[in-house]
Amino acid sequence: MTASASSNFEPGAPFDFATIADAMKTMGHSAWLDMKRHAEGPDWVEIALPWHADIVADPESGVLASGPIISLMDNATGIAVWKKRGYFLPQVTVDLRVDYMRPARPGATVIGRGECYKITRNFAFVRGTAYDESIDDPIAHVVGSFILVGGEVPA
Amino acid sequence: MTTIILPPYALGLGCTIDHMDGDLPVIGCDYGPRVAGRPGFWHGGALSGLLEMAAVTAVRSALDIEMRRLKPVNVSVQFMRGGVQKRTYAIGRVIREGRRLVNVSAEAWQDDRAKPLARAEMHVMIAAAKA
Repeated sequence: MTASASSNFEPGAPFDFATIADAMKTMGHSAWLDMKRHAEGPDWVEIALPWHADIVADPESGVLASGPIISLMDNATGIAVWKKRGYFLPQVTVDLRVDYMRPARPGATVIGRGECYKITRNFAFVRGTAYDESIDDPIAHVVGSFILVGGEVPA
Repeated sequence: MTTIILPPYALGLGCTIDHMDGDLPVIGCDYGPRVAGRPGFWHGGALSGLLEMAAVTAVRSALDIEMRRLKPVNVSVQFMRGGVQKRTYAIGRVIREGRRLVNVSAEAWQDDRAKPLARAEMHVMIAAAKA
């Protein structure tokens, strides 16, 4: 489940990617994985996941484990929902499906692009792509949904 | 029982083989900063990582195939309850074993196995053994 509350920002506050990216640097799992703000658009964000020796699947090949890719995409798609809504409101991941196209290149930073393509009264629908050199040569594709659990975008 | 060596990522997260349930390994992971998401709760990605680990080690254990030959194809994770600040367990179960593809499911729970936090359905490919 993506972060939905922190001492650094209040639920219902206007959303700002830079603010949550600062929180991500100090908060638990995201901080351990060293996730950083990379880019953003109206309904999408990109987060960078730098390669680290302690998050690989196989020390010999240096290929990243798939777990950190899911964490990256959970964060990127969850933050994309706030980005589209424009406000920081509570939400919970319902499901996330990940297709792994190829291993990440050893040593390369992985970029996770999350997009929120539809919001209904109760749900947000997301998709995303993880890549290193080019988004046209993806590492993984994801699709998922979040349930919106209280709070409304101010009229 | 085959020896299962968990990958660096799993060890970093704090995963261990907690015990065996028959022939299947139960993976355990303590709550701590490395798995924390929103304050007081497990991160969905860390929970997914734990589920994947349980799924892959179940395949490794049931089929006796080295870990490095097992490649994730895809995974679908459903989140059902928030993971609170407690040790969390996960177990995988091989549903179908093909020549190249294995269907495996996994569940994660805390105090009560009948109340899972999350579950995963995963396809794992068996890569050819290197000559």
